[in-house]
Amino acid sequence: MSRESVLVSADWVEQHFDDPAVVLVEVDEDTAAYDKNHIRGAVRLDWKADLQDPVRRDFVDPGQFEALLSARGIGNDDTVVLYGGNNNWFAAYAYWYFKLYGHRDVRLLDGGRKIWELESRELVTDAPQRAAKQYTAADPDLSIRAFRDEVVAAIGAKNLVDVRSPDEFAGRLLAPAHLPQEQSQRGGHIPTARNIPWSKAANDDGTFRSDDDLRSLYGDAGVDLSTDTIAYCRIGERSAHTWFVLHELLGVQNVKNYDGSWTEYGSLVGVPIAVGDEPGVA
Amino acid sequence: MTEGCAAPPGGVPLDGVDLSTQSVIQGVVTRGVDRPLAGAYVRLHDASGEFTAEVPTDEAGGFRFFAAPGRWTVRTLAPRAEPVDRVVVAQRGVVAEVEVTLPA
Repeated sequence: MSRESVLVSADWVEQHFDDPAVVLVEVDEDTAAYDKNHIRGAVRLDWKADLQDPVRRDFVDPGQFEALLSARGIGNDDTVVLYGGNNNWFAAYAYWYFKLYGHRDVRLLDGGRKIWELESRELVTDAPQRAAKQYTAADPDLSIRAFRDEVVAAIGAKNLVDVRSPDEFAGRLLAPAHLPQEQSQRGGHIPTARNIPWSKAANDDGTFRSDDDLRSLYGDAGVDLSTDTIAYCRIGERSAHTWFVLHELLGVQNVKNYDGSWTEYGSLVGVPIAVGDEPGVA
Repeated sequence: MTEGCAAPPGGVPLDGVDLSTQSVIQGVVTRGVDRPLAGAYVRLHDASGEFTAEVPTDEAGGFRFFAAPGRWTVRTLAPRAEPVDRVVVAQRGVVAEVEVTLPA
């Protein structure tokens, strides 16, 4: 795994505007930003409407994913380049999702929409017309997705990395500080989890830090990356960002994203919770 | 609210939010003294300097956070401008206003 095969620069995107093998995809929780403007040639994926089952709390199934990508004109052999707002949280989630369904060549635009805007690069309003393709999804790769029972069993046995902000980790905030603090679940974190906020892996402009910086970040926090690791946040998109760092940039293989994350764990009956700034004990 | 996690431009509206339970930090970013700046990125850092949240400004240059009581730093990034920091104290039940003026 190398950085070049999973991450592209804004310049790279501009150089590949007319490359028919490259599909640019903007991913956000709502597509108001895409509707306003987007990078030339980009199609959109709506994190909620397109990637979440409308009834159950779960992914869309392989058949739905196939129909979605086919309709958007994305083929199995295309190089898919994802970007979005919110420091690429939802783009990273979509990256993980594409990998779960076996897409071979998927990459992130380093810095996402933010660096594109901060560098005053061109944004357009026209949506591209892409002919439909026939997409085939693989069976879900559950080696990169953690479920609740596995998370409870990991307390004291595997690395748990809580990538939320320190105040969310401690239980002083119940959601990111751009959202009202009115949540149904309890505050705190999974006992023994280390708090390494996703934001420590990124520069202010949203680009990822160097591999050396990233290795030090987890090492200095006492995470032994030779042990299995589960990352979580609140709904699984910020932890997809950290999954990308560990699994794709640093090449650590035994890393899972727990997409149920705190909105599931903090609502479970009977599971242990730690509050405050310390990891807590198993 | 349990599903989403994204920050809409300007932040989440206060409509229907019980302000007595919230510690709101909000404000406006302008280029020069009076030109509201849409699309700036406003970042909230906690008292230890750790990043906590970020919202892009809306068409009126506005941004809003729902913080915890305490001391925070608001950092603004915008095209063709150096980052600008403003320190603000949040209190429960109070809306703390911050004005950020970038060079014209």
